[in-house]
Amino acid sequence: MNGQANSVEVRDLVAYYGDRQILHEVSLDVKRGEILVIMGGSGSGKTTLLNHLLGLLVPTSGSVRVLGHDFATITPMKMQRLRTRTGVAFQSGALFSSMTVGDNIALPLREHTDLDKTTIGIMTRLKLEVVSLAGFEHLMPAELSGGMIKRAALARAIVMDPELLFCDEPSAGLDPVVASSIDDLILRLRDAMGMSIVVVTHDLDSTFKIADRICVLDKGRVLALDTVEAIRASGDQRIQNLLNRRTEEAEPDPDAYLRRLLGEAPRQTSDGAPPT
Amino acid sequence: MTGGGLEKTLIDRLDRLGRWAVAGMTEFGFAAALFGESLYWLVMGGRRRQKVRLGPVVAQAWDIGIGALPIVTVLSGTIGIMLAIQGIYSLKLFGAESRVTLGVAMSTVREFAPLITGILVAGRSGSALAARLGTMRINQEIDALTVMGISPVRFLVVPALVAMLVMLPCLTLWADLVGLFAAGLYIAPQLGSTMGAYADEVISLVKMNDLWHGLAKSGIFAVLITIVGVVNGASVTGGAEGVGRMTTRSVVHAISAIVITDMIFVFMVTR
Repeated sequence: MNGQANSVEVRDLVAYYGDRQILHEVSLDVKRGEILVIMGGSGSGKTTLLNHLLGLLVPTSGSVRVLGHDFATITPMKMQRLRTRTGVAFQSGALFSSMTVGDNIALPLREHTDLDKTTIGIMTRLKLEVVSLAGFEHLMPAELSGGMIKRAALARAIVMDPELLFCDEPSAGLDPVVASSIDDLILRLRDAMGMSIVVVTHDLDSTFKIADRICVLDKGRVLALDTVEAIRASGDQRIQNLLNRRTEEAEPDPDAYLRRLLGEAPRQTSDGAPPT
Repeated sequence: MTGGGLEKTLIDRLDRLGRWAVAGMTEFGFAAALFGESLYWLVMGGRRRQKVRLGPVVAQAWDIGIGALPIVTVLSGTIGIMLAIQGIYSLKLFGAESRVTLGVAMSTVREFAPLITGILVAGRSGSALAARLGTMRINQEIDALTVMGISPVRFLVVPALVAMLVMLPCLTLWADLVGLFAAGLYIAPQLGSTMGAYADEVISLVKMNDLWHGLAKSGIFAVLITIVGVVNGASVTGGAEGVGRMTTRSVVHAISAIVITDMIFVFMVTR
């Protein structure tokens, strides 16, 4: 169980939202101790993929294995234990707004361990030190800035010393300095604790800074899954567009455009590019 | 041509009716499953390493019970006096106003105290529960609990359910006392009697059975308020507006459920 080389294995994952297909046969691995960045534009299916990796959604077909357990066959008890070995930092932080920052971070320890109050307090403050939020444990989440919320969420995600950490848009909406400090933090976590880390982001700078490998997701398909250098050197037009922030020119079709304006066209699928 | 149109409208209507029925049944099933799961965590939580902790239960009980005490006191007192006035007025029509205590005592203990307490708590705490869960849902806090390996039902629903099940009967008992006392304040002078004599009469009239009738109903109301609140909170979609909509819906549904269940209970037990 501990010897497996891959922390996450996704095979032919297909997901629908209603009758809209979001993910098309997605397959990817996350090796132990690596940082895999799942990158893609808005609506590429990143968040849906992440929710599948977290076991929050049930795939239409395909399989997801996390730390050696297949989500399709795992028992609830084992799932609960597995979840104490993974950490998640949500995009919005998802801190419990009725609890102080300290209580938020201490919650997994209180619920899953038999540690006494003092030890929990020490471990909580230790993790707050790691994310440079020492001394803020008595504040309520509403009193924190955006960057502090993200760091507090990260502290909560790592409080159980997980083997696998998921970060959803860790630097989105932050100024470059704070974003860069969060990237450093993620790198430090991997180096110091040997975590496997999955980061979902559309931020190019941070992607190239932290990634060992990059998975480029486009319209629900894995466009490329390779090392940073290989992705940079890729000849694929769509990847280059993404890297160079070029907008995609949809082929102009006046008839279709007119039909859309008149509301006669069939509904757009999830990823229809806007007419240019 | 008009025939085709009519057919289409009819099919549309049937289609909508069918969807509405399915949605209703789904929600009912969800509520039943939620109640079952709550009981499961309450009993089996320790063995699954997810104990239901006393702290949150006490906090909820304080909020639901002690917080509602002033308003329950005021309203049950008002209802007691109102019943006394109406009772004496209507019984005077055939000169039987001396029997008013019986009517007031029975209707307060069996009906009005549990009903008014249930409605108040539904408006106060059921809506708060729906709003809290709804907000937590749109903030991904429920997802956060799930991925931490903490069952949201165990962590959020069971404490509220237990607190409600303990506090609502207590509040009802309190409403019984206050309502009867307030009624006595009007009845005793009207009948030229004393509070002592009135109290004696009430004690001799109200049987244990009547008290249990009211308290059993308040226990059922407690489950209804909690489950309706949670179901609506958990179904929130669409941001702050959704939270508002579902909170309103939860109050309306909870009060309707209380009144209808009350009628069914009385129908089954009293005849």
